[in-house]
Amino acid sequence: MRDLQIPIDDDTIRSLKVGVPVALSGVMLTGRDTVHKWMVETFIKKIRQPQGDDLQVYQAIKPLLEGGVIYHCGPVVAGLDSGEYRFVAAGPTTSIREEPYQGDVMRHFNIKAVIGKGGMGTKTLAACQEVPGVYLHAVGGAASLIAQTVTRVLGVYKLDFGVPEAMWVIEVKDFPAVVTMDAHGASQHAVVEQQSKAVLEELLAKP
Amino acid sequence: MQDLTEPILELVRLAATDLPPDVEAALRASVEQEEPGSAARGALETIIKNVELSRANSTPICQDTGTPIFYVYYPEGWSTRKLRAQIEAAVVQATEKAYLRPNSVDSLSGKNSGDNLGGDYFPSIHFEEVEGETLTIDLMLKGGGCENVGAQYALPNNRLDAGRDLAGVRKVVLDAVHQAQGKGCAPGILGVAIGGDRGSSYYASKETLFRQIDDANPNPELDALEERLTGEANQMGIGPMGFGGVTTVLGTRITSLNRLPASYFVSVSYMCWAYRRRRMTWTTGAASYE
Repeated sequence: MRDLQIPIDDDTIRSLKVGVPVALSGVMLTGRDTVHKWMVETFIKKIRQPQGDDLQVYQAIKPLLEGGVIYHCGPVVAGLDSGEYRFVAAGPTTSIREEPYQGDVMRHFNIKAVIGKGGMGTKTLAACQEVPGVYLHAVGGAASLIAQTVTRVLGVYKLDFGVPEAMWVIEVKDFPAVVTMDAHGASQHAVVEQQSKAVLEELLAKP
Repeated sequence: MQDLTEPILELVRLAATDLPPDVEAALRASVEQEEPGSAARGALETIIKNVELSRANSTPICQDTGTPIFYVYYPEGWSTRKLRAQIEAAVVQATEKAYLRPNSVDSLSGKNSGDNLGGDYFPSIHFEEVEGETLTIDLMLKGGGCENVGAQYALPNNRLDAGRDLAGVRKVVLDAVHQAQGKGCAPGILGVAIGGDRGSSYYASKETLFRQIDDANPNPELDALEERLTGEANQMGIGPMGFGGVTTVLGTRITSLNRLPASYFVSVSYMCWAYRRRRMTWTTGAASYE
């Protein structure tokens, strides 16, 4: 088990290889479908004009993401009425939906680690080699357990995106994950996909 | 008519926070199948810990509490209009209590309703009148990750060389498992419907998932195919979370519907390991749960 403190430096990232279990501590940001589309359209491709608090939020999240971690997660949050937020259930969501955006988002914000489930594709793997960065796989559905590693909810941006789609700023202690895509071009997901494809071909050839 | 809001709220709490015994038993048995120290075994051990913790603390097993899908079997004399209102009230309360995540999003504006209501299709409620005095409500919470990897095939399928018979059905289901990889939160449970139109076929594929994980299919041919598909899916080496390993699928359920001469659909609903389904039975003024 490798302990990782956020922000994470490049040497540490390069030392992480596929298969290594990690425990993350520090401050990270949740972000999923709406956030990735919003980031790319508003600040990277600039095909949409900033609106409302967009620019303020951008300035606020930039230092949090510099050398930092984005977590594909739409949590169940208690304390929505009082504003004393608490994560009740917070497992990862399927990452592949962010494949069109993730690489550009990593490069733009210098994000070092992306946490999610199910793995990502070639564009993100290329970004992992460039930035450098890693993809960390958390156990899908292990929501109560992972929520216990969230020691504090420090704030939230874009709550108007809805609770699952907002950017939650969270402090975590020993958040558990496994490296499944590394900065050297290795992807456990590509390996399993290819091996299972070969077995599928054999099975399809049987009557 | 009695107000069932409270007992339905308990049904929702139970479904969201406490995995059914047959599913938990299947997961526990699968841990032993994986190599000690492997990522696959680690994932399954984490899953078991999470199941225990969720039950102890009454917190959602998975943060994606999915689409609440209700099937209500009511005796003569009950008002489905009032039952719908009570189910909706229970869903709103369950959201306030953080048993459910606010999950209902307007597809045009992107706005989350915040209370898990929205239009005629959210939550999803099906009514059927039955004989006798007992009212039964089945509830399934099906998350988006596994819903996204569901698939529908129109046979014949040229790419897979799949014709209009059970051999063809087998091929497309195996393809669906391969396409899903770990993205639907493997180990999964496959609900398969053969026939119907596109809509009824998908509904039926979900309805098969209300069956217990280990009960036999009354049709011996389908029973044999269920067993074969589970075994062959597990040969693919996708494993828990797609980490590799021998546990990709915990079970397969197959049903068939009449079809049009021109159509031969095979619909596959993939259910994640967080297979949340519960039943409430209401007789003589008291609820019981299974």
